[in-house]
Amino acid sequence: MSDQTTNSVAYVAETMLPELPPPARETGVIKWLRQNLFSNFANSILTLVSLWAIYVLLSNTLPWILNGVWTTSSLNECREVLDNKVGACFSVLTERWHQLLYGFKYPIDAYWRPNFALVLLLVAAAPVLFFDLPRKMLAFTAVYPFIAFWLIWGGTIMTPIVAFIGFAAGAAIFQIYGKKSFAIGFFGAIGAALVVWIVGGALIPEGASDSAWLSAVPSRDLGGFMLNLMLGVTCVSLSLPLGIALALGRQSDMPLIKWICVVFIEFVRGVPLITLLFVASVMLSYFFPPESTVDLFLRVVIMITMFSSAYIAEVIRGGLAALPKGQYEAADSLGLDYPQAMRLIILPQALKISIPGIVNVAVGLFKDTTLVSVISMFDLVGMIRGPVLASTEWNGVYWELLGFAAVLFFVVCYGISQYSQWLERRLATDHR
Amino acid sequence: MSTLSDLPKESFRLSMLINDTRYRSLTFQVIAAIVLALCIWYLGNNLIQNLRAAGLNISYNFLGDPAGYDINQRLVEYDSQSSHARAALVGVLNTLLVAFLACVTATVFGVIAGVLRLSKNWLVSKLMMIYVEIFRNIPVLIWIIIIFTIMTAVLPGPRAFRGDNATSSMLFDAFAFTNRGIYTPGPYFETGIFANAALNWLLVLAVLVASFFGARKINAWATAKQEATGIRPNTRAMILGVWLIPFVLLMLIMGLAWEVPELKGFNFSGGLKIGGPLIALWFALSIYTGAFIAENVRAGIQAISKGQTEAAAALGLRQGRIMNLVILPQALRVIIPPLISQYLNITKNSSLAIAVGYADITATLGGITLNQTGRAIECVLLLMLFYLTASLLISMAMNVYNSSVKLKER
Repeated sequence: MSDQTTNSVAYVAETMLPELPPPARETGVIKWLRQNLFSNFANSILTLVSLWAIYVLLSNTLPWILNGVWTTSSLNECREVLDNKVGACFSVLTERWHQLLYGFKYPIDAYWRPNFALVLLLVAAAPVLFFDLPRKMLAFTAVYPFIAFWLIWGGTIMTPIVAFIGFAAGAAIFQIYGKKSFAIGFFGAIGAALVVWIVGGALIPEGASDSAWLSAVPSRDLGGFMLNLMLGVTCVSLSLPLGIALALGRQSDMPLIKWICVVFIEFVRGVPLITLLFVASVMLSYFFPPESTVDLFLRVVIMITMFSSAYIAEVIRGGLAALPKGQYEAADSLGLDYPQAMRLIILPQALKISIPGIVNVAVGLFKDTTLVSVISMFDLVGMIRGPVLASTEWNGVYWELLGFAAVLFFVVCYGISQYSQWLERRLATDHR
Repeated sequence: MSTLSDLPKESFRLSMLINDTRYRSLTFQVIAAIVLALCIWYLGNNLIQNLRAAGLNISYNFLGDPAGYDINQRLVEYDSQSSHARAALVGVLNTLLVAFLACVTATVFGVIAGVLRLSKNWLVSKLMMIYVEIFRNIPVLIWIIIIFTIMTAVLPGPRAFRGDNATSSMLFDAFAFTNRGIYTPGPYFETGIFANAALNWLLVLAVLVASFFGARKINAWATAKQEATGIRPNTRAMILGVWLIPFVLLMLIMGLAWEVPELKGFNFSGGLKIGGPLIALWFALSIYTGAFIAENVRAGIQAISKGQTEAAAALGLRQGRIMNLVILPQALRVIIPPLISQYLNITKNSSLAIAVGYADITATLGGITLNQTGRAIECVLLLMLFYLTASLLISMAMNVYNSSVKLKER
């Protein structure tokens, strides 16, 4: 062997040649470009068309945004500053931001109240949204609605306190008697709460709101993006329990209850939200007792809650239907009664399946809160189309305002949908 | 085992109403019935009292009174002397028109975006993702207003087309984009078979429907032949003929002609005018719902496992046939139900027409008629009845389809 290597072969490489780099077209950026953008003729055309579309879009919008004017006090001044250049007039936002966010009647020195309520909302929502947080924080979530009500509407602190005591009394009754019989606990709790509210309501002195520490703000003074957020949060949280009840009712063996739920759900899902808002604005007051005045905000909350609870009920029904029958039978064979079986076995699983659907409904509902502008409530869209665009200073500033509204809604809705995806991954306890 | 004889006597105690499963459901239903009846009585009583206090009554006679307002966009004859019922009919037809148009274009946008979203081209799929996310996460009302603003604030007025040095000009001398709407050439018949234009159009529709069934017949014949002989006759030319020949013949007989819009005085006249509100509503609903449909289409295609494609390829099918014979039939089963509920959403969202002044049923019956007559309860009830009927019809169609494509399991 050694002979052969030394004699019969003229040349043998003794060292390994250094590795050549792969061909330029098969590595790095170029390979990626070839694979993802220019893999064949049709793809190349598509890429070029897309690049052209992006260029057109950016070349039209970027100068407009970059040249934007932020510091003038009317559209005419904007035009003077811009001097025939292309540019946005963002000064409408710096000038009118408080109207867009809070409506045009909310007292300016009280802006800290809704702001504070929003911060507290994040704290209150955190333990519901993120399960790792200590469960004790839920106690704050329970009192939050009353704090928020007091902060935003102001007036005497007695009202939210009485409301809270009513709920607390109901919960206590349910804790005591609900263990023995769900029905007795449930109806007892409703009765106790009603008693507290009626007695407490009579105890609050007339005119207590006038001298309250936080000045009272009537509902019709609420507006702007704050109104959208308030409607969205209130209606979604109210419609969740209602939706669960409707979904369970629709699955019920009792024909009468099932029939009521089916009619309600199908009716509400069959009509557009606008017609329900018409009901709230022109028709609902006919159904309240003659001398009572229920303000528009409350009527709208009632109708939107009905609307979203029907949709949530359908989503939850899907979750209930997805559970195998064995789960119901297993609960029965353990000797659990209906409320126990639902609370401990069925609903935790069904709700987990329904989370993406519920979040979809919530996002859709939040977007639909803009419809209240049609019945002349001044939410964000209503403010833009009404007071702001109608004013002499800002008549004609369309894109900045509509763009602002679009960005606000996009941020919130996209954020919620990202959370829902995270939650889905988090809750995926099955092994795949 | 002496317990058998010790069984307590079957006697009815009051607590059994709530503790005994035999009676419990009955108890609850009776309670529910009583509560329901009380609610209805309470609400009805309030309604009667309130109506009496306001001096109103429930009556639908106002529908026969002259409406007294004009509607620009209309499919049937209407003037301000027509009745409120006629105005409502105009509204219904306008709702159906915009819903139909938006369904068609939303499907086109959605399918294109959904397929491109799965494209191997990185840039295109990312662009489509951005499209879907942006349009899904911004309220449709804002989109409607944005497009309406483009229609009214950006497009030039008709006067810009006037004079020798006009700042705007008509596209191909036939289309004019103005802030009052888009003017396009309008087809009409010079020697129509019927005197009434609407009847002529109905005839065209009838011919098209007949062609559709003719084409289906040819397909069925081809399939039968294929099953008998193993060879599928080439039907492409025949189907093309069935579609084209009767249609072209009819057009020739009736003398189809196009009326081009012309600038007369301060406005365009002649041709077909598509109003700004209709376009805003149509386009906004299309791109908004298109984003949702794109997600449905993507989910449907991704739901079909890769093994199906590979199995079809292993059988020797060509790429196009794999799509037509294997993937699409399965994907459609997943796509169509959510697609139809999107159509339902379009129909319901078309009620946002009231925000841009398009005269759909919500804007006529629920808007102007309601405000003029003050008949809030009647108008809102009629409005709900219409939407309820439309929704139920669409979901009935969905159920029929669902049962027809259900997997036939043996």
